[in-house]
Amino acid sequence: MLGLNKKDMSLLLIVGALALLAPFILNPFPADSAMAQFNAGYPDLMQRFVIFGIFAIGFNILFGLTGYLSFGHAAFLGVGSYSAVWMFKLLSMNVVPAILLSVIVAGLFSLVIGFVSLRRSGIYFSILTLAFAQMSFNLAYSVLTPITNGETGLQLTLNDPRVLGVSQTADGSIPVTNLFGMEMRSTFEMDLGPWLFQFNTGYYLCAILMLLSFYLSVRIFRSPFGMMLRAVKSNQHRMNYTGLNTRPYTLAAFVISGMYAGLAGGLLASMDPLAGAERMQWTASGEVVLMTILGGAGTLLGPILGAGFIKYFENIFSKINDSVLHGWFGFMPDGLEDFIVTIVHPFVGKGWHLTLGLMFMAVVIFLPGGLIEGGQRIGKLFSRKSKKSDGGDAEHHPKQTPHVAE
Amino acid sequence: MDAILLQILNGLDKGSAYALIALGLTLIFGTLGVVNFAHGALFMIGSFCAVTLSKILTLSYEVVDETQKDFLGNPLKVKTPYVESWFGPEAGGAIIDWAVPLAILFAIPIMISIGFIMERGLIKHFYKRPHADQILVTFGLAIVLQEVIKYFYGANPIPTPAPDVFRGSFDFGVLLGFDPNAIIYPYWRLVYFGFAAVIIGAVFAFLQFTTFGMVVRAGMADRETVGLLGINIDKRFTIMFGIAAAVAGLAGVMYAPINSPNYHMGMDFLVLSFVVVVVGGMGSLPGAVLAGFMLGILESFASMNEVKSIIPGIDQIIIYLVAIIILLTRPRGLMGRKGVMED
Amino acid sequence: MSKTTLTRRGVLKTGAVAGAGVALPTIFTASSAAAYTNEPTGSTVTLGFNVPQTGPYADEGADELRAYELAVEHLNGGGDGGMMNTFSSKALKGNGIMGKKVDFVTGDTQTKSDAARASAKSMIEKDGAVMITGGSSSGVAIAVQGLCQEAGVIFMAGLTHSNDTTGKDKKANGFRHFFNGYMSGAALAPVLQKMYGSDRVAYHLTADYTWGWTQEESIAAATEALGWQTVNKVRTPLAATDFSSYIAPVLNSGADVLVLNHYGGNMVNSLTNAVQFGLREKQVNGKNFEIVVPLYSRLMARGAGENVKGIFGSTNWHWSLTDEGSQAFVKSFGTKYGFPPSQAAHTVYCQTLLYADAAERAGTFNPCGIVEALEGFEFDGLGNGKTLYRAEDHQCFKDVLVVKGKDNPTSEFDLLEVVEVTPVGQVTYAPDHPMFAGGSLGSCNPGA
Repeated sequence: MLGLNKKDMSLLLIVGALALLAPFILNPFPADSAMAQFNAGYPDLMQRFVIFGIFAIGFNILFGLTGYLSFGHAAFLGVGSYSAVWMFKLLSMNVVPAILLSVIVAGLFSLVIGFVSLRRSGIYFSILTLAFAQMSFNLAYSVLTPITNGETGLQLTLNDPRVLGVSQTADGSIPVTNLFGMEMRSTFEMDLGPWLFQFNTGYYLCAILMLLSFYLSVRIFRSPFGMMLRAVKSNQHRMNYTGLNTRPYTLAAFVISGMYAGLAGGLLASMDPLAGAERMQWTASGEVVLMTILGGAGTLLGPILGAGFIKYFENIFSKINDSVLHGWFGFMPDGLEDFIVTIVHPFVGKGWHLTLGLMFMAVVIFLPGGLIEGGQRIGKLFSRKSKKSDGGDAEHHPKQTPHVAE
Repeated sequence: MDAILLQILNGLDKGSAYALIALGLTLIFGTLGVVNFAHGALFMIGSFCAVTLSKILTLSYEVVDETQKDFLGNPLKVKTPYVESWFGPEAGGAIIDWAVPLAILFAIPIMISIGFIMERGLIKHFYKRPHADQILVTFGLAIVLQEVIKYFYGANPIPTPAPDVFRGSFDFGVLLGFDPNAIIYPYWRLVYFGFAAVIIGAVFAFLQFTTFGMVVRAGMADRETVGLLGINIDKRFTIMFGIAAAVAGLAGVMYAPINSPNYHMGMDFLVLSFVVVVVGGMGSLPGAVLAGFMLGILESFASMNEVKSIIPGIDQIIIYLVAIIILLTRPRGLMGRKGVMED
Repeated sequence: MSKTTLTRRGVLKTGAVAGAGVALPTIFTASSAAAYTNEPTGSTVTLGFNVPQTGPYADEGADELRAYELAVEHLNGGGDGGMMNTFSSKALKGNGIMGKKVDFVTGDTQTKSDAARASAKSMIEKDGAVMITGGSSSGVAIAVQGLCQEAGVIFMAGLTHSNDTTGKDKKANGFRHFFNGYMSGAALAPVLQKMYGSDRVAYHLTADYTWGWTQEESIAAATEALGWQTVNKVRTPLAATDFSSYIAPVLNSGADVLVLNHYGGNMVNSLTNAVQFGLREKQVNGKNFEIVVPLYSRLMARGAGENVKGIFGSTNWHWSLTDEGSQAFVKSFGTKYGFPPSQAAHTVYCQTLLYADAAERAGTFNPCGIVEALEGFEFDGLGNGKTLYRAEDHQCFKDVLVVKGKDNPTSEFDLLEVVEVTPVGQVTYAPDHPMFAGGSLGSCNPGA
């Protein structure tokens, strides 16, 4: 079906189901319980999960297949965001033209950078992409401020000359981004007993686009083009000796992954119309590298997993403060409570970086194939127990579910 | 003319910092083939060796002084360092004043042991793993190291001044017949330049003129063959890692008075040091040093007003621009060896 | 499936589709049953404290958090009440806000617009915060202020010094207690003239981003009005750590004053570098060479150590002030944490109190009610003398401190001494001043 074999199809279906049911899956704890801190099922974070999922899927097409490690992919995401916001400012608050433009602009930008950078391979290629991205970031922050609004980031204002649409609404505020009238920020709330689930229009738009991107990446992985890219990874010299010019293939992969990044950037701006220069900084490029490696480079699901993992830490662990800790451990005797809080304290709140760093090391030391390998091991464990031979790589969640025990 | 001389001087000084950091990195990255994202963290730890020593030397006891009040209106507790009470204010003060140079002695054993522990405990298991895994594990390590430092020292920069003798600046202009104040340069930065030259010379001499260095160089070129000859190259690589950590750490110690150390200074230098190493060419020690000085000087020129008025914002991108130009014209950087980290 | 009213937003669902257990109110859209975003319905009200907890400003963020916790304690009737006792408005009773206990959530801005907005959004969407406050940079403040305007919650800015925050990027739902670049210039220039004379030539080094530019513009305008010349304005990259190549040419430029429009790590490094170059021992044009740091922060000044001695700058507040409000605040902060509060701590403490007081006086948490209560609000007793929250741009107008690095500090906190308290009249400007032109407040947005 859809040109996929049975295994890939079930993978796609599982990802689809998880993405569509994410508001339930990510909110496993009642809203008033102490564990609600670990709930991730609110619109902004869900959007980020899938948007950075798209970014990582795209990055994986380049890195996972060809082995070319780009250290400047954030530049394409940033360029995508800027084009989308400019589209909102000048044309219309509808997200369709904005997203289209961001994909196109990022595609062109990556074509230029890819054309130059792919003249070199290995570390020399990485440094070339890094240099281009850092130049974009530095210029966007300073000299290009008229286009990028520098440090503050490009924002909508009350007097944008919007060709299709109004500069401000009747009650004097900035119009909101929409898809043919469906506002991106509108959210349905559903109460089920003590649980609260939020269904956000913007999230579902992102989720559907993520599924499409995922489907496309599966098709690329399984296509002759994908095979060619893998061949480049295993031995480019031999490919060249056979008289085959590999450049067009790698360049195509580079541009495709750049367009994925542009799509992610456009979506980020569509969900929240702001484009900041720090989206292009090397740390942002580094983040997507880490997401992909952490999840499992070269696997289909890994990058999405890695993206979810990092975003989860960034948004959930950073919000745990001492009073939350005291809330959790309040049932303990005073001395013990303080002791436990003191122990946990350095790892949460302002120490979330520390936990993230330890996680990076733990994953790469114990799970050399990334998080996906962890999933596979669990899958094997189950299949061995139930005496089934099918321990496929379908047994994973697309997003990080709370790691309470850790 | 004087402005250009001034910027050359400046560039040599900046370049000596870049060259030192890149030298350590290229020992690990360019030769052992490990992508070490924790190298910036080693530089940072070096700086904090200086901070720590100066904290130790100023460990104080408190005496309540009834005549003065603290911010809450309570009697002020006046702190006196133990060192001053043991050796007298004169000698004690002098010891505290010389904390940064003394920290060199303090930092060498610490940095070498950190290097050993890192290599034996972690990096050793990653020689054969893909570069991607090396990036992830060393990046994780870098975050952990800097968060540990932040936990103990906070996020703000900590002033770590140079000894009083090196305050102020030297007037080269007068020496060369220009107006006074035309070319002045701080003494400590001159010291840094000299220090960098000594360290770079020492590392080169060590690799060039000792049997140990010869074996290591052979190991870099062809690890397997050297192993087949019955030489334990692993042990030597561990030592090289320790030396690289020490070079990074010493660069950090001496840098502390130039910029007050803070916990994320390593990350600030990380990208730059990779650029320097790659521009210099993978696997080439002279290349790294040369690239360090070259980028330092070009960066200084780019920040001149005359240049900035022609190309606005050039000082923001000069390093990257030069890196791109060099990598496009010279496929393996300035002096890179064929086949190192090319695929 | 049964519908209950146990949740935070339980009450919102009255009138929603019955029986299905599915309610339709939304956070952001106009179809909601609630009067405004995150209307507190239980016995508590949640405030969102969004401060940098990682990155270079983490220490400032930590100090802000301390002050927030202190403010919450005082609002809920704990501690010694701090500045609530000296505050001229007596609406607050120490029983929370309107009888609701004050609860808070914290987040990490990372001093990045993106992360700050993500963190603020999670507070609004997940935790039901009615007010967001904090921050340690103007870029972040402006970005979060824009978000709060769209989401329909109040934003009480923390540390943000750019003219734009209440200038071209001002928003109806946003309020700034901190002073700005223009005020720094207006307060500092007369003191500089008095100390260094009116025949001076200044050389500006400016961090190359929006805050730096507005401050450079403000200081240059204020000093030039008093007869100074500006010989050069040089932009330095934000990422620069070694400023030697920018400082080296200063001495030879004919300038006799160096103005460092830098903040945070940039300021520490550029000042340290400038002193290393021995600029302060030099004579130019027959005068002593001087360095000025227009925006001082005591926390950051510590990073520059001895180098700040004798250097002039301006600051929003300093713990050595002797008025009743400042004393009360220093006492309760110092007793709780063991060291004096920074200006960041002071400004966010004030902002929390001002918000609570406005809500209490308005009798509602509705952002529009609060905007009305804060606009044109005059108060005293919060450490800066008589203060006005101006209705036209939501900027506080109050006295500004000119400070100098202390020559003989008695402790590690005692780094600055107050040279002059510039009266508010001298730093006030018209709402349509060219440096602040170009934006409009818009109308208050209650969200739902």
